[in-house]
Amino acid sequence: MSEKKHSGVWILAEQHDGRVQRVSHELLARGRGLADARKVELTALILGDRLADAELQELIERGADRIIAVESPALAKFLVEPYAACMLQLLAERRPEIVIAGATSSGRTLMPYVAAKAHAGLTADCTLLEIDPDTGRLLQTRPAIGGNILATIQTPNHLPQMATVRPRSMSPAPRDFRRCGKIERIPAPPAALISRVRHLGFLPSDSTHGVQEADVVVSVGKGIKKGENVALVRPLAETLGAALGASRDAVDRGWMSYPHQVGLSGKTVSPRLYVAIGISGSIQHLAGMQTSETIVAINNDPEAQIFRVADFGIVGDLFEIVPVLTEKIRRAKEGV
Amino acid sequence: MRIIVPIKQVPETNAVRMDETTGTMVREGVEAIVNPLDLYAVETALRLKEAHGGEVIALTMGPAGATKALREAISMGCDGAVLVSHKAFAGSDTWATARVLAQAMRKIGAFDLILCGERATDGDTGQVGPELAAFLDLPVVSYVGAIDGLSNSTLRVRRLVEEGHELLECDLPALLTVVKEIANPRLPTLQGKRRARLASISAWGPEELGVAGEETGLKGSPTRVVKVFRPKIARQCEKLVAADEAGIEAAADRVVAFLKEKVLL
Ligand SMILES: Cc1cc2nc3c(=O)[nH]c(=O)nc-3n(C[C@H](O)[C@H](O)[C@H](O)COP(=O)(O)OP(=O)(O)OC[C@H]3O[C@@H](n4cnc5c(N)ncnc54)[C@H](O)[C@@H]3O)c2cc1C
Ligand SMILES: Nc1ncnc2c1ncn2[C@@H]1O[C@H](COP(=O)(O)O)[C@@H](O)[C@H]1O
Repeated sequence: MSEKKHSGVWILAEQHDGRVQRVSHELLARGRGLADARKVELTALILGDRLADAELQELIERGADRIIAVESPALAKFLVEPYAACMLQLLAERRPEIVIAGATSSGRTLMPYVAAKAHAGLTADCTLLEIDPDTGRLLQTRPAIGGNILATIQTPNHLPQMATVRPRSMSPAPRDFRRCGKIERIPAPPAALISRVRHLGFLPSDSTHGVQEADVVVSVGKGIKKGENVALVRPLAETLGAALGASRDAVDRGWMSYPHQVGLSGKTVSPRLYVAIGISGSIQHLAGMQTSETIVAINNDPEAQIFRVADFGIVGDLFEIVPVLTEKIRRAKEGV
Repeated sequence: MRIIVPIKQVPETNAVRMDETTGTMVREGVEAIVNPLDLYAVETALRLKEAHGGEVIALTMGPAGATKALREAISMGCDGAVLVSHKAFAGSDTWATARVLAQAMRKIGAFDLILCGERATDGDTGQVGPELAAFLDLPVVSYVGAIDGLSNSTLRVRRLVEEGHELLECDLPALLTVVKEIANPRLPTLQGKRRARLASISAWGPEELGVAGEETGLKGSPTRVVKVFRPKIARQCEKLVAADEAGIEAAADRVVAFLKEKVLL
């Protein structure tokens, strides 16, 4: 048998209304590292309709060597069956050895559907991807058993090796305008476009400024004692232009709503600045914020776990510290 | 409507404790429960049955003890239950699990709908549902938050995504995975509990399902866990004790200076 050898790293880029989503740029950062370690090409696969050159070019500037854009009006919005059919055909023709996608509502649906049909191994929600220096295989690490342990998973005998990656578990790849790459636009094969699911409409949610999008997040935990005390922290968040986050204990008590929850069973955030107020730093909370660029924690327990991931910790009573800190930050901001 | 609900028995993860010295899970005294997220699928199935007639069958793959999970589903109102159990299935990853469950579905025969939980709280992958749909070549809608209606073998649903809800129409038979917001699971009734106690539950192994041993369990799983370890955490924390007014002032000044240094202000 002279089957073509599997080679190359692919990321699955996501678009909404033709705009490439940030998670795709995060995947390029991961994919570039893997492709360099394997000394192979990095390809971004994107499905959609009449995608703009600038959007595809940006994928190259952020690390892709090649773009495969599969286009058809039927691919404008995510639908599992046509997306999977196009992807399966390309996987069979081009034979990449690694395929990664975001652990988003579409990635977590499409990837298992494709993996089942391709007889490929798939690992969900990875936080770390590496190449085993001895075997060249993909090492996929993900939290397990409620985040208490990390498990590293491998796919020893099947290709491609597939994984979904937690959004915001890495910064987007930086843009380098000198980078060059190849853009291939291919029409979707008509036979692949059948879907037994059809779009009827969309109801946007009314929440505006989410913790995942924010550059600065100020989070509260059980240490604030009661819901009314969120008001104490709000001015600090406003001064910093921050979104409000919360630990699960604060959410379970109804002090904040679920979309604000940071952690294993909430959102993963990776802001430039994360301020943890009255949060102990359980392993599940850390799972959702420890990749933040800078972490500041306020806690009256000098032994609190949160200090293990913090760059800066204030040991003391949050009720006394927060107002003083807010005032000083406000003055510092006005001062410049 | 004939509806099949695959449910999984999981350890009660809220109770999971870690042995700090060995870094292993303390299994003693940890109760096995029905995956809490699967109860929403059971509830959704029962409501569809109540509205449109038909029957609901619960299915699980697991050790013999997993019949307890099936009896719980019956006590809520499911009409029948099937256990898939054999040592050959042990160690299955999601691919191998979905493949065996697909065989069991084929053996159960003509159905209109499969309703899965969003994910199982132990493995936390949420992969089995879409994989099962792929093996059975069914359309799949994941993260369903509401069912708006059923007409002429077409289901109208709302799918929860990052920015809101997609309104979708789906031909039957199909597989849906459902999220918490879809319905509040009911409690078992006394009468249901009695029915559950008396129910005879058939158990199928590789032979009944026509799957070869090397295609299931650990052998038939594309993925392997190669290492398990404790997350290690390390940053250099500059700690400041703010015990009195002066301390608070000093600490706040230091933080402001630090944030300026990092160009965060
Ligand atoms: C499967 C699973 C998933 C989970 N998912 C998540 C998740 O996504 N997100 C999450 O956050 N948790 C999650 N948890 C829960 C997690 O284990 C912890 O219970 C939770 O994070 C604790 O929240 P907390 O830090 O607010 O409360 P606590 O642990 O009670 O901490 C409160 C802190 O406030 C400090 N404090 C009290 N008073 C003051 C004061 N006056 N001034 C300063 N400091 C003060 C205390 O010293 C303490 O450190 C999960 C658990 C499990 C089992
Ligand atoms: N062993 C199993 N038996 C029956 N159903 C299962 C099993 N494993 C997973 N499922 C179903 O698939 C869903 C997703 O599981 P998972 O992919 O393991 O997170 C669950 O909510 C169940 O509906």
